[in-house]
Amino acid sequence: MLRNIWKFLLLIWMGVVIWGAFTYTPTAKALGETTRILYFHVPCSWVATLSFLIAAISGILYLVKNDLKYDLWAENAAHLGLFFTVLATITGSIWAKVIWHPFWNWDPRETSIFILLLIYAAYFALRSAVEEDEQKARLSAVYVILAFITVPFLVFIVPRIYDSLHPDPVINAQGKIKMNGKMLQVFFASMAGFTVIFFWMLRLKVQTALLERKLQMRKFKKLTENRDV
Amino acid sequence: MRLKITNVCKRFQHREIFRDISFELTAGDVMTVTGPNGSGKSTLVKILSGLMRPSGGLVEYFLNNHKLGAEDHFRYVGFVAPYLQLYSRLTGWENVQFFAKILGVGKTREEFLELFAQFGLKGREHDSLYTYSSGMRQRMRYVVALMHQPPILILDEPTSNLDVHGVKIVYELIQKRAAKQIVIIATNEPDEAKFGTQEIKLHS
Amino acid sequence: MAHRKSNFIHKSWAVFRKDIQLEFRTRYVINAILMFALTVLTAVSFSIGPLRLRVEIGAALLWIILFFSAMSGLAHIFVREEEQQTADTLRLFSRPVNIFLGKWFFNLLLLYSLEIIIVPLYFVFLNVPDPVLSIFLPVLFLGSFALASASTLIGAIISQASARGALFAVLTFPIVLPVMFSGIHGTQLSFARASFLDCLSDLQVLLSFSVVILTGSVLLFEFVWRK
Repeated sequence: MLRNIWKFLLLIWMGVVIWGAFTYTPTAKALGETTRILYFHVPCSWVATLSFLIAAISGILYLVKNDLKYDLWAENAAHLGLFFTVLATITGSIWAKVIWHPFWNWDPRETSIFILLLIYAAYFALRSAVEEDEQKARLSAVYVILAFITVPFLVFIVPRIYDSLHPDPVINAQGKIKMNGKMLQVFFASMAGFTVIFFWMLRLKVQTALLERKLQMRKFKKLTENRDV
Repeated sequence: MRLKITNVCKRFQHREIFRDISFELTAGDVMTVTGPNGSGKSTLVKILSGLMRPSGGLVEYFLNNHKLGAEDHFRYVGFVAPYLQLYSRLTGWENVQFFAKILGVGKTREEFLELFAQFGLKGREHDSLYTYSSGMRQRMRYVVALMHQPPILILDEPTSNLDVHGVKIVYELIQKRAAKQIVIIATNEPDEAKFGTQEIKLHS
Repeated sequence: MAHRKSNFIHKSWAVFRKDIQLEFRTRYVINAILMFALTVLTAVSFSIGPLRLRVEIGAALLWIILFFSAMSGLAHIFVREEEQQTADTLRLFSRPVNIFLGKWFFNLLLLYSLEIIIVPLYFVFLNVPDPVLSIFLPVLFLGSFALASASTLIGAIISQASARGALFAVLTFPIVLPVMFSGIHGTQLSFARASFLDCLSDLQVLLSFSVVILTGSVLLFEFVWRK
């Protein structure tokens, strides 16, 4: 009971965050009530990126230690990463639609999140094209690491894509929102909350996956033993 | 040369092929690996040759009591198996030259020709492997496996595709090597199994 | 045991030479990649007709043609080894780094050879302005270098997977995005008669990307290659 108390605390924390996002904080000038999306959209992007980092680190650990449990970490981090990327894309599009009207603008944020989506999709495409466990783990680890090392280039390139596509400066409200004290409080609280939720979900997924694997191995063992008899 | 296997096991997906395989071989040992089809003979020899990694356990090579790094195993192993193909659009000679180059084998032209002759391929060195019969390709595998004079020879189904003459050459080869080097034979033929000083029986 | 001191470069060169020898005898991949590129070029040119292209679109089309042509052929060097079952033999005899360098160089030459034919044809078939060669050529050279380098490692990855054709493009595209963008942008500049200084940042990106990808590939290849 005591061990799980943090989960209740988390619930309360997020409750406060949601309340704060809708009532406590003021709105940014040009954005009006739509500012509120900020407190949920940005943490989604952050978690999507964090997942990528975790998947890459798990990949490195797998290659070094050859233990399939690291592959489970990588795969599940990527699942969550994909999930949060989709959430970020949707919340971002809704926001863009309300502010500027088109759903999609190819501005730096949207472009980055889209690229992340492509990388996750490619990662899962690769995994589904390889049957054998160890091979799947090995090849997808290499791929996610490779994708990760191109990230610095994307960080450099992506803003320039926007600049060249939209030579007339449009007021990019997503880029520079001046946040005052209250907004910052709720914002960082939300980021922290999302991060904890993410790690919780990841741990649950990995533990479930490990149990599933154990179950399958046991089932298989039983099958082969019965056959010999 | 010493080859030491400790608690080697191999799993594919959830299926365990074998486990707790341990033995040690030194010069003069001939190990035979027998077992029904699908028992993992080829898998085991692939692991012994360094082609595949075990799921668990250690495969260690020692030269003069000095342990060899994983990067160097291949220089000391000759491996003949039906699933190891050579380049059929190259000639026998080109195949040998290529593999010799990447292994760093420094034999003279005469020495290479002698190797071809030893396996009954004299005169066919400059024909495309494309034109070789399956028996001739098997003999080519021996040429390539032996050119760097490896102290460990691993043979998976040593006489597959070979005619009576080819079989004789291989048996002579095994007998000659048995005294001074390590030989590992994976086979179902009782005639070949009799070469062994040690045996591992795998079951499915 | 007979061993000659055969160095690192010699061994990689031997791998490359063997692949070139095989390619000369069968001419399999150069034909495939050339026909593919011509088909794409023809399709594009036909669809556009006599219309004059905006500089940006023309530049983008060139790199799209190059990207998909690369996808049609740069995995062959690994896929062929797996399909003909010579890959395991190769694994037994050499260090991964020699294999990678030999095949990387093959892919580089393959892409450049393709471009010698396709790029002039591109100018013939499409109505684009004459480029400033001092910008166009370095951008093309470095961009192709980066593209071939990234494609080699990914080609090795997909040679062990199924559904290779589609998978190759899906995996490569996110990785080479910086190359595509800088290549397209640099090419645009060459059409717009910009000065060399303007394209420096694109060239920097292409060069540094190539270095990073090549280094990463050499380090990671061993894990792809060894089973």
